[in-house]
Amino acid sequence: MNQEQVRQVVLNIISDIAPDEDMTVLKDEVSLREQLDLDSMDFLDIVMELRKRHKVEVPAEDYPKLATMASCVSYLTPKMQ
Amino acid sequence: MAHDAIIIGAGMSGLAAGIRLAMFGKKVVILEKHSIPGGLNSYYQRRNFEEGGVRPFDVGLHALTNFIKKGEKGKPFSKLLKQLRLSWDDFKLHPQTHSVIHFPEAQLKFSNDFELLESEVHQRFPHQKDAFAKLATVVREFNELDLSLGYQSTRAKLATVIADPLLLEMLLAPLLIYGSAWEDDMDFAQFVIMFKSLYFEGFARPEGGVRRILKLLIDKYAENGGELRYRSSVARILTENGKAVGVKLDNGEELRATHIFSSIGLPETAMRVDEGHFATQPRVGKMTFLESIFVFDKKPTDDATIVFYNNASTYAYRPATHYYDSASAVVCLPDNYERQNTAGEGTVRVTYMANYRQWADLVRTDYDAKKDEVAESAKALIKKIFPTYDAHLRFTDVFSPTTIERYTWHKDGTVYGSIDKTRDGRTPVENLFIIGTDQGFLGIIGAMLSGISMANLHGLMEAPQ
Repeated sequence: MNQEQVRQVVLNIISDIAPDEDMTVLKDEVSLREQLDLDSMDFLDIVMELRKRHKVEVPAEDYPKLATMASCVSYLTPKMQ
Repeated sequence: MAHDAIIIGAGMSGLAAGIRLAMFGKKVVILEKHSIPGGLNSYYQRRNFEEGGVRPFDVGLHALTNFIKKGEKGKPFSKLLKQLRLSWDDFKLHPQTHSVIHFPEAQLKFSNDFELLESEVHQRFPHQKDAFAKLATVVREFNELDLSLGYQSTRAKLATVIADPLLLEMLLAPLLIYGSAWEDDMDFAQFVIMFKSLYFEGFARPEGGVRRILKLLIDKYAENGGELRYRSSVARILTENGKAVGVKLDNGEELRATHIFSSIGLPETAMRVDEGHFATQPRVGKMTFLESIFVFDKKPTDDATIVFYNNASTYAYRPATHYYDSASAVVCLPDNYERQNTAGEGTVRVTYMANYRQWADLVRTDYDAKKDEVAESAKALIKKIFPTYDAHLRFTDVFSPTTIERYTWHKDGTVYGSIDKTRDGRTPVENLFIIGTDQGFLGIIGAMLSGISMANLHGLMEAPQ
């Protein structure tokens, strides 16, 4: 997958977890938590969905790398080749 | 074949934990002792001789706490919806009209709008206006979900904020009776959970009562591939080298799993593990109740949803000394939620604090006579609180602490569980976890959040195999 496809994967997961959020105004460089109603339980769901849908493992020590959309894409793209 | 997880009990916490684990591909089985789900929040029906058919009744649920409006975010209910992938609309919530804290010296109304309680306090206790505002701030800023918290006395903490003892008793009464396992006091973290869920957020009733919630949970669990077995009573929890490895059912069948989540209570769980694992047996809570259910030929004339009645200036929250204590009661009018039918029969439920030991020791004939006495007392209370309600009684049912014990599995009919809680769900036995009442989140929403958070923490966050 390229970076744009990985971004779409993350977007799809977040819109399934938090269906009421407006994803069109999301700023890639700003923390997801600041922009969306996501808590630590929701981040667990992002990790679990990545495992379930794309067989990608995110160990607990790497959770901070999912803080922004940009950091998600740069962290996940090499894992999704 | 071994399961990833066995969940004991198909109540709110067990079903919620089951959904979370099944959602992420775990092989899960829920074992329920009874032929219907719900545990402490279940249902039954009785023939309706007047009109044919049956009358459905709920047990446990008076009201769903933690009410939110559609789209509200960052609240316990909204977290639950996201975690279980349910929609707000599925619950078909009817908000309460208002509820009343009814003491001889004063009455305080509250609703799903905190401003009503604020203005009532300002009016009746003008000298406590600032104190009440300070209390609201303390509650708002407290992180009650911190799993590392130990027991803190609510009365000790409140005494430093609220100087008027009557106001303190009035504010405490609904919170104690809707969730405290401790006598006359409660853990401060639980006080905060209850304050937020009753006074900040409020009550609602799902259309159709507890059945609607249970159906939502069971359907979602099945949709995710979870297995649910009724009439499956767990006799023993099996251990090997200090680790839980499975369960043995009453019929001798053994099931094995890497994780076991028990919603049957901490003492009830410890009793099913071989001796030596628990250093001390967890204590059984003493708070248990009696409930009288009346069906009248018309709806109540008063529009309150729940009345928290007390006939003294202090509120005694402890087991009754003599079978039941009619000095205080919760009077619940399940017809008084907004947008419900106004025609047809009316239901009133009256809950008293009770004494388990005395009810358990009664022989059958005395037991029935004692239940009739309770019903008479409860009827007199309804007349006293709602003097203009001149309806005719069509049906009466009373359930006692022994009924609660028989149907919920909770030892001594205790409703809010042990006074020993395990906030992080861990037990001395590896791979055996506690969910529900004895993990320490309260109410129906709390029970579901307990199942969710323990499944997340112990069942999903571990390193992948």
